[in-house]
Amino acid sequence: MTRFLRLIYVLFGLMLLSTPAMAETPFPTVHEPSDESLKCIQPEDEMRRNHMKYILHERDETMHEGIRGEAEGLSSCIDCHVEPNEKGEIAGIESKEHFCNACHQYAAVQIDCFQCHADRPQKYIKRNTHSSSLKQQLQQTLAASEVSDKEANQ
Amino acid sequence: MKKPVTTSMNGSRRNFISKAAAVGTLTVAPGVFLHKAAAAELEVEIVEIDIVEPDLNTSRSTRPLDQDVSNKNRWGMLIDTNKCATGCTDCVDACNQENGLEGKTGPQDTQYIRKVTLKSKSTGHETSLPLMCQHCETAPCADVCPTGASFVRADGIALVDKHICIGCRYCMMACPYKARSFVHEDIKNQKLSAPRGKGTVEACTMCVTRVDNGGLPACVEACTAENHNAMIFGDLKDPDSPISVELRKRGGKQLRSDLALNTGVRYQGLNE
Ligand code: SF4
Ligand code: SF4
Repeated sequence: MTRFLRLIYVLFGLMLLSTPAMAETPFPTVHEPSDESLKCIQPEDEMRRNHMKYILHERDETMHEGIRGEAEGLSSCIDCHVEPNEKGEIAGIESKEHFCNACHQYAAVQIDCFQCHADRPQKYIKRNTHSSSLKQQLQQTLAASEVSDKEANQ
Repeated sequence: MKKPVTTSMNGSRRNFISKAAAVGTLTVAPGVFLHKAAAAELEVEIVEIDIVEPDLNTSRSTRPLDQDVSNKNRWGMLIDTNKCATGCTDCVDACNQENGLEGKTGPQDTQYIRKVTLKSKSTGHETSLPLMCQHCETAPCADVCPTGASFVRADGIALVDKHICIGCRYCMMACPYKARSFVHEDIKNQKLSAPRGKGTVEACTMCVTRVDNGGLPACVEACTAENHNAMIFGDLKDPDSPISVELRKRGGKQLRSDLALNTGVRYQGLNE
């Protein structure tokens, strides 16, 4: 009987020993802003644990009561922490390199924020500018009338 | 608002102006003058039109941004369809740019503003007007919404809280003005002031971020900047705001006023 118990202890000990070897996924490191003068609104471990509380006011108070202008918010996180890499590329939210997704993928917590919000700072987004249609029409008519005037004068 | 517009005239107006050219400057209406700019044998090619109009968009939000919106204000728009040109889409273009919309007009594409042409059955008279969310006071969209995502803000702006919208599209069915669109596909790179995403419903927000910051909706700004001056924005609850004064002087219709929704968007010049 004691021999049997000893065997159990040994097996159990082996199990304990083998656990660290299984957890190989390294703890994620997140992107720190390249401008070192920038300082986060809270220490890192506070932000890791409670970042959603700091950005929650926008979801409710801004949306329903129009309270705006507080410095902290989702876009402020993004503005500092999402930057292009050496190749000039920005890792999108689906990538493990993205500031938010680095931890969220590790913790297997799905983020829905970026279904509606941009995953990168506005300054890195290229946009086509629509030009005013009437102005275009006017320019076209003017150009056309100039051409017909020239023809008439010849 | 004083802005010279240089344009060329069609045949009949040319004749009319060539007769007037001897006079030099022609007063068309109070504050509207036609100047002779270039005349060749009494034929005017190009005229300069100075339209001197008072700025009617002076009523803006002055609420400090750390305070709640309140029902002391009700934001609205007044659209003069007589000044709204057929074929002009300046307001729609400005809206698309402001909200990062693609500007497509297919049945599944998002449109916050549509240019609509109404034709009177009795006279055949056609009216061109921009149609967007009418920002109803008793909004059917908010009535039917099962989650509370559709709501009317205390200052009268109807919005969708996309954080709680489940995409059931009841509100789209309920809206009498077809003002709402559903987002069918993934969206990336949204504008900061216009978050929007797949699976939620969206509509004109009266440019709520601009309004809160004391600005004008993008459509009104564009219409004024392009010198059409067909749209006025302002506080319907302030009796001295230009929009209230104008409504008192010349009136303004609600579209489908029979539904008694007390819309925040009103129209002038809807003639039979
Ligand atoms: S126009 Fe339609 S979307 Fe806008 S408030 Fe009225 S019912 Fe709602
Ligand atoms: S689609 Fe969204 S906003 Fe519209 S009724 Fe359903 S939950 Fe409400």
